[in-house]
Amino acid sequence: MRTAKPRTIVIWTLVALVGAAGWSVLALSRGENVSAAWMVAAALGSYAIAYRFYAKFIAHKVLKVDGTRATPAERLNNGIDFHPTDRRVLLGHHFAAIAGAGPLVGPVLAAQMGYLPGTIWIIAGVIFAGAVQDMVVLFFSTRRDGRSLGQMAREEIGPFGGAAALLAAFAIMIILLGVLALVIVNALAASPWGTFSIGMTIPIALLMGFYLRVLRPGRVTEVSLIGVALLLLALVAGRWVAESSWAGTFTLAPSTLVIWLVAYGFIASILPVWMLLAPRDYLSTFMKIGTIALLALGVVIALPTLKMDAVTDFAERGDGPVFAGSLFPFVFITIACGALSGFHALISSGTTPKMIQKETQVRMIGYGSMLMESSVAIMALVAACIIDPGLYFAMNAPAGVVGTTVESASHAVANFGYTISPADLAKAAHQVEEQSLLSRTGGAPTLAVGVSEIFSKVTGGSLRAFWYHFAIMFEALFILTALDAGTRVGRFMLQDMLGNVYRPFKNVSWKPGLIATSALVCGLWGYFLWVGVHEPLGGINQLFPIFGISNQLLAAVALAVCTTLLVKSGRLKWAWITGIPLIWDATVTLTASYQKVFSGDPRVGFFKQRSVYQDGIDAGKVLPPAKSMDDMHTVVTNSTVDGVLSAVLAVLIVVVIVDAARVCVRHVRRPALSTLSEAPYVESKIVAPAGLIPTQRERREERDAIGAAPGS
Amino acid sequence: MRSALHRAASGIRWYIRELTDESAYDRYVAHIRQDHPDAPVPSRRDFERARTDRQEEDPRQGFRCC
Repeated sequence: MRTAKPRTIVIWTLVALVGAAGWSVLALSRGENVSAAWMVAAALGSYAIAYRFYAKFIAHKVLKVDGTRATPAERLNNGIDFHPTDRRVLLGHHFAAIAGAGPLVGPVLAAQMGYLPGTIWIIAGVIFAGAVQDMVVLFFSTRRDGRSLGQMAREEIGPFGGAAALLAAFAIMIILLGVLALVIVNALAASPWGTFSIGMTIPIALLMGFYLRVLRPGRVTEVSLIGVALLLLALVAGRWVAESSWAGTFTLAPSTLVIWLVAYGFIASILPVWMLLAPRDYLSTFMKIGTIALLALGVVIALPTLKMDAVTDFAERGDGPVFAGSLFPFVFITIACGALSGFHALISSGTTPKMIQKETQVRMIGYGSMLMESSVAIMALVAACIIDPGLYFAMNAPAGVVGTTVESASHAVANFGYTISPADLAKAAHQVEEQSLLSRTGGAPTLAVGVSEIFSKVTGGSLRAFWYHFAIMFEALFILTALDAGTRVGRFMLQDMLGNVYRPFKNVSWKPGLIATSALVCGLWGYFLWVGVHEPLGGINQLFPIFGISNQLLAAVALAVCTTLLVKSGRLKWAWITGIPLIWDATVTLTASYQKVFSGDPRVGFFKQRSVYQDGIDAGKVLPPAKSMDDMHTVVTNSTVDGVLSAVLAVLIVVVIVDAARVCVRHVRRPALSTLSEAPYVESKIVAPAGLIPTQRERREERDAIGAAPGS
Repeated sequence: MRSALHRAASGIRWYIRELTDESAYDRYVAHIRQDHPDAPVPSRRDFERARTDRQEEDPRQGFRCC
């Protein structure tokens, strides 16, 4: 029996007390203002305990990570995509790959239910579901030479489940791109400052691409520094443009921005990678890591006070203006990234497993990175909850509800049960130098207001407008990169699928096929973007739940693959590790899909909504928030498309889960029938620590090994 | 003191070069020299071109999340 040292016991007791204190204050205080410090304490305390105990238990008892087994990076080392990478570097790579706009947008929208539901789901979800999924997928993919999730689904579940998984991944990519683009449009519409500085990122990226291709190949750090400097210049220049006679040129209506964005997505995705995508990616990664670090610092230094209620009335009534539906299941759909995100399974399989040095490092890379992303989601929630609730609802309710003047908005907010005066609304917009903040849905502008509040507390009040636009640019930057990269990935999937029908499509560089598939992918997400912008009921309000459902659907696929693999690899008694998150995820996603399809509340159920508006058309009446008969027809078309989509997604989940269950049952009954495509054991020659800080024994081993890793 | 500062600076430089993959070429050359001593070593320019062209072929390499 191993006994813990007294010092260890004392330290972990203290960590537990910090976490418990945070949770107690968050849960028990009502009607008084709570400091964000308690949220940070609850999060960090819980993460530390989960990482130390639960993740360690999964790694050693369930997965039985084997430090003597060579990883694909070691066995297949080709110096390019397969190469053993230092764990600290890989942590950075993996984190930069998984964390994007998702953890910043979802929590902001979910804040309409109050800060408590979001906090609980982000922290509990990451510990028991999200981080577990990332780590287990990473482990199994590492054991399979870095196979992708789709390949694993096909090999381990079967062609049927595999095809459903592939189709789901494609649908999700399209909806994701449409929704992300909508976030950008809502942030940049009628904002000359933002539009100018985002527009400038294109020539900056082209310049960087030229530099890297022709002038100094491979000098990424110096070109990134040049790029960031130019970017900050563009940001400052945005203000000058907004105050000059050029302002009109950069003040664009949402529908104009849609055309620009789709055109950009199409052109960017057919240009060579080196021209726009690669340099943009360097730029956005630099900005992402820098801003997240700044934000963490800002939250800890400023320790702002949460002004939102712990739980708002919308949680129970389900009639919130940001998204309709009650707390269960919609909070768990709205916050995907940061708690449980299916998308991560695409990174944890494929890219990262080809670089991991040791199996023992899956805990730090898989579980650890996801905890870091979760803390980003907590910061986004803090940023949304420190702004005045009245302002929050005025910014996040659909335009049809808040109207176009500060007076009508103030009135609408009063109907929600919050107060903000027209003068305060006008002042808030003036402070960040925007013409209006009314109905700036999508989360990015709200986050930017919160961020500017936090940062201006640290830097003095004068820089508020600068920080607002800094935050907008930071989000827009990596959403634009995602549009380009996502279009390429979607195109790749489409080429692969069409290649089965017409051979030449398989050749990914066949120009006519490339242009046709790129145009089709852009057309598809462009459709959702167009619909979102012209939706009388509010694009985010209608589309975000579908995005959440699709992301959680991908998580269901990943968790089903993990559970099947646990069962098939003789770990049946531990199948609950991913089985329970799978059941939870499936319950949430299917309940949400069911309500979206069948609910009798027209705010929630798409088909009910369709019939209400269709009846209106038949009776010749225009129902608010629609303003004309055209609007009425738009609502009918959109709710039909959205309803069908929700139903199709739900069917796909059921197909994958049933197919996975079939394979598991068959394995339990007749194990001889199942095959496990694991790469054979090869002894590892690399010596490397498992965690961030090497233990004494690992240090000794490293010293004894000849040819230690570079840099150590 | 001086050596500690020096160590920290070179540690940071190493980390940034690794994180941005600026060190990819050096790593590849080391790999070729060690495992395939007879194979020709490409120039940095050619290597970097081949690297972005690979991403062109399979865009899932280096894809980032939402």
